[in-house]
Amino acid sequence: MAENRFLFEITTPFRKVYSGEARGVVAPGFEGYFGVLARHAPMVAAIRIGEIKVKTDSEELYFATSGGFVEVLPDRVTILAESAEAANEIDIQRAEAARERAMQRLAEGKKVWDVDRAQAALARALNRLKVAKRIGI
Amino acid sequence: MATLRDIRRRINSVKSTQQITKAMKMVAAAKLRRAQEQLEQLRPYAVGLDKMLRHVTARVNHQLNPYLQAREVKTIGYIVVTADRGLCGSFNANILRRAKNEIDAQIEQGFDVRIAAVGKKAFDFFSRRGYQIDYKLINIFNNLQFGHATDIAGSLGKRFLEKELDLIYIVRAEAMSPVKQKVVVEQFLPIVPDEPEEETGAVYHFEYIFEPDPETLLQWLCPKSLNIKIWRALLESYFAEQGARMVAMESATDNAQEMIYNLTLYYNKVRQATITKEITEIVGGAEALK
Repeated sequence: MAENRFLFEITTPFRKVYSGEARGVVAPGFEGYFGVLARHAPMVAAIRIGEIKVKTDSEELYFATSGGFVEVLPDRVTILAESAEAANEIDIQRAEAARERAMQRLAEGKKVWDVDRAQAALARALNRLKVAKRIGI
Repeated sequence: MATLRDIRRRINSVKSTQQITKAMKMVAAAKLRRAQEQLEQLRPYAVGLDKMLRHVTARVNHQLNPYLQAREVKTIGYIVVTADRGLCGSFNANILRRAKNEIDAQIEQGFDVRIAAVGKKAFDFFSRRGYQIDYKLINIFNNLQFGHATDIAGSLGKRFLEKELDLIYIVRAEAMSPVKQKVVVEQFLPIVPDEPEEETGAVYHFEYIFEPDPETLLQWLCPKSLNIKIWRALLESYFAEQGARMVAMESATDNAQEMIYNLTLYYNKVRQATITKEITEIVGGAEALK
């Protein structure tokens, strides 16, 4: 593998979302987005709901994730995410429906719904919608 | 002697049973493949998470983490995972026998034992025998979801953290091959970090950057690891169940085939005997008229 590239993988409990060479990765770290280039120091970090950006030789790819962990090793970077989808795989209608539902629940308030869960669901839906717009950029 | 009609009826009945067992075998085979696929998809994630957990625990005093902390044991929880349905040979019976032996032994030693029944057969078995069931989740395998795993892991994890349970085991089936199953008992909580395996390149010895600090990371990693452990247990159990059902239905189909063969043979013999008898009667009758 060339000096300035590394093996990058995104896995979830249900499938391997991405596996390939990358030049750089930007991930939604717990304390803000951070970038990883080749020969980054070994690191374990938690990531939150957000967008993962992968730069390969030929293109930039975007993924929506709902959080997980990143491990940076000298020759590879692995993201273990609870869920992750490439921008072009996102089911926009489903995300839209999830957003509506979460908004509805937040409006109905504390007595009926678990507000924390509704808020998290809303954040996930908004993130998916945001990342889905990345197609074609 | 059975009449020809009775035998024919019998043969037809066995034939229709055979059709059912044959169909069930095929369904089980298809589900088996699906379960295997899901297990394969889970593997990289599970291995990665395990490795990460190991790397982090190696760097913190993990006795401080409530998930990893062993304490004096008074109450033991058993998560017993069986199928929701029968017709899979001795699959459920084997798991339940093993679970009952373990649990009775613990009770005999004076521990307070609570049961978490996953799968209808486990619930039926233990509730009928008057065991204390703290948690139940049944009729899930028809439509198994990751949410089921997080529900189990969350509820049991909470009971452990609140010191309702001091030690939790999982009793479940594991497939040694698609057609061969065994029962395994594994510790669920407290988490026992695996011994570091021989990793190529001695990755293990790097100085890591942790974000946030390793203690917090560990605190977040543990629940995820528990979810995955349960998810894996459910998938393994489901996989084993389908394998067991496939074998059971295959031998049922074979048995039906054998029965049909014997019955057909019998049917023909009776038919011949009837014909012979009729001829004898006719000949006898004709003879008498002379």
